[in-house]
Amino acid sequence: MNAAEPRSADLRQFISGNEAIAQAARDAGVKVAAAYPGTPSTEILEYVSQYPDIYSEWSINEKVSLEVAIGASMAGSRALCAMKHVGMNVASDAFMTQTLVGAVGGLVIVVADDVGLSSSQNEQDSRYWGRFAHLPILEPSDAQEAYEMTRAAYGISEQFEVPVIVRLTTRICHVKGVVINSEPESHTGTGFKKDPARFVMVPGNAKNRIPMMMARDETLKSFAADTELNRIDSGSDTRVGFVTSGAAYYHVKESFPDAPVFKLGFSHPAPIESIRTFAGDVEKLVVVEEVEPLLETELRAAGVDVYGKDLLPKIGELSPAVITPPVSKLIGEAIAESELIPTAQVFPRPPTMCVACPHLGIYYCLSHVKNTIISGDIGCYTLGAGHPWNALDTTISMGASLSVAQGLDKGRAECDENKNVLAVIGDSTFLHMGMQGLLDITYNKGNVTILLLDNRAVGMTGGQDAPSSGLNLHGEQTMQVDFRKLCEALGVKPERIHEVNPYEMPILFKALRQEVKVPEPSVIITNQPCVLTERYSKLPPLKVDADKCTGCSNCLDIGCPAILVDRRETVVKPNGKEKELAFVSIDTAACTGCNLCTKPCAPDAIIPAYNVTKIDAVEIK
Amino acid sequence: MNNEVTNILVVGIGGQGVMTAADILATSALSLGYDVKKTEVAGMAQRGGVVTSHVRFGPKVYSPAIQAGDADLMLAFEPAEALRWSSHLKGDGLAMVNTFAQEPPVVSIGLFDYPDEPIEKMRKMGVETHDYNAGQSAIDLGDRRLVNSIMLGAISDRLPFPAGTIENSLTARFKNKGEALLALNHQAFELGRKAFS
Repeated sequence: MNAAEPRSADLRQFISGNEAIAQAARDAGVKVAAAYPGTPSTEILEYVSQYPDIYSEWSINEKVSLEVAIGASMAGSRALCAMKHVGMNVASDAFMTQTLVGAVGGLVIVVADDVGLSSSQNEQDSRYWGRFAHLPILEPSDAQEAYEMTRAAYGISEQFEVPVIVRLTTRICHVKGVVINSEPESHTGTGFKKDPARFVMVPGNAKNRIPMMMARDETLKSFAADTELNRIDSGSDTRVGFVTSGAAYYHVKESFPDAPVFKLGFSHPAPIESIRTFAGDVEKLVVVEEVEPLLETELRAAGVDVYGKDLLPKIGELSPAVITPPVSKLIGEAIAESELIPTAQVFPRPPTMCVACPHLGIYYCLSHVKNTIISGDIGCYTLGAGHPWNALDTTISMGASLSVAQGLDKGRAECDENKNVLAVIGDSTFLHMGMQGLLDITYNKGNVTILLLDNRAVGMTGGQDAPSSGLNLHGEQTMQVDFRKLCEALGVKPERIHEVNPYEMPILFKALRQEVKVPEPSVIITNQPCVLTERYSKLPPLKVDADKCTGCSNCLDIGCPAILVDRRETVVKPNGKEKELAFVSIDTAACTGCNLCTKPCAPDAIIPAYNVTKIDAVEIK
Repeated sequence: MNNEVTNILVVGIGGQGVMTAADILATSALSLGYDVKKTEVAGMAQRGGVVTSHVRFGPKVYSPAIQAGDADLMLAFEPAEALRWSSHLKGDGLAMVNTFAQEPPVVSIGLFDYPDEPIEKMRKMGVETHDYNAGQSAIDLGDRRLVNSIMLGAISDRLPFPAGTIENSLTARFKNKGEALLALNHQAFELGRKAFS
């Protein structure tokens, strides 16, 4: 191990939990790190990618990323794999058997729960996985602990030959706090040692590993009772004590600073007997956990009298405002009434698609095709379910658009016989888990029209690279998937595959109308880049000629956030019906000239903002 | 050093630089030796959604999130967002508001109305509100992203430490991005300081 390098005087860094995890991997001597992007865990691998001593990759999906990490661990090196909570569902097949194999080189799986669903299709408590797979769980409460516990996780993983889960939540991943690093260590790989009885999980071998797993549970329970990762904050006010972990710990400290707290860093298997003793020192014991009552149930089963989800919600994030009132009531303390400023009612501001997003033209077209059932997927294009398009009918999980469409087609009732079943999926989601669905459709002769929105990026998480971009995590050139060939290989007839520029709406419309009529699988691939990436080139902005705008509001159907309504008028048409008019302008500073809004504008009122004509150009010359 | 925790709420919409402004406030406090925590929900920040960033600093900070009724200061990059988050302020809290309004598509297409006179509404609710069209000034200075530095200038004399600390953090942030941009940001900072005083 090298001596510590000289450091600057202030060792206090102000970093997020995600960056702290990356630094811990670096300082633990991790050799391989893999992930698929997903909020709130995405930045972990982005930070790791800055460290040249770690091999890091964007994997194709979470299961692949875990298997890459498993392989590195089997090779005797330290490995890290990071994912969001739903990613763990994808990875779980490998995960549930890896627990029988265990770890050789330290294997740490970082799972980030999007508690409160800021950017996810569901809310899950990943602590279940530790129970399900008989694996230990560490739960940091802030960025400093994210660093320390990830370091500790490698020691635990190698000491007990066990993969370790570090469970994060959004309030750990994205909260910045003060972090001080500890001494880095180097890790020398032990090499791959053939051991089929351990590494080849056929029934005969796997059966023999189960008793090992059970014995390991007991060892880990003893460890939980002794480790410094679990501690008691003594408190002077023993009317109520708390057992808590993760982000909830600080909410408890904020709300009841004088109460005794049993803080679990190593939260599974829990040190039940130590908690039982702690319970005897306080009048009432409250378990504060995000999200499900896991520890509460285990304590109750062990005969420890606790309060928990009878007081606190099972959904969403906890906070001092959520915890204080019910617990104060429990101990008979009056809640301080302060005069609050009233809450004002303001319109919602849901996320929108970006100005000039290539998806805008696609959803404009989809919203104008009649008789459709449109199966959607996970990505920016999920926003197509919202206003003004309302052009997505289902969203379940990564890749589900295709297989759900197959079911919608095969399961259609008589009343839906004339409906056109479509699926909408992005490039990265297609490569993550959509290819299988397409193969299922072609193999089983489904009738689905597929829109493959190839914007060459994982857009929703910030434009990360994928095999569709031709660049890897480090921005280096690599292979680039040819979607036309891929779809052909998956069984789509070449004449049923169309590549279309989504800004050319008439062509897209024509392709859509043609393909929905063909009773077999077809794929329309759109080919313009995500506007958040460097591939996108801005064009000169547009403006509205107010004299020409008739207030028809057709341009608003595009859904571009740069189009603004200046005034509304109600007119009475000759037939006596009222019509709402909306006279618009364009936020020229935001507009990047994609020209989509000029297409539905009948009076040609949308024109270049700056009058750079060919004649001007010649004159300037 | 003040023994209390100072709570600053920075609000706006995706792409306005809310998180950068909060970062500069946080690193300024950090440079003075405070414990600091900063949190935001940023998953959809680039999609024009609401962005709120909570900055808390003091001798020791526990929970990262500011509760309703607990913010000492609110730095609002958009007037409707200022109105939305007013209830997070303490009774004697202070709001600095950029009056440059940004309507979302749900308002453009007529599903919802933009509130009339949001600043006046805030004052009627009892919020001490200082307002200025920082958005227009930023555009006039040549780059709408300068709204960030104008708003930092706006708050710089209301903090429990000197305005120079923020200016130093601003310099640290922009020193590698060219002399011209650094100078422009300092100009914007001074403009905000004067305009909101």
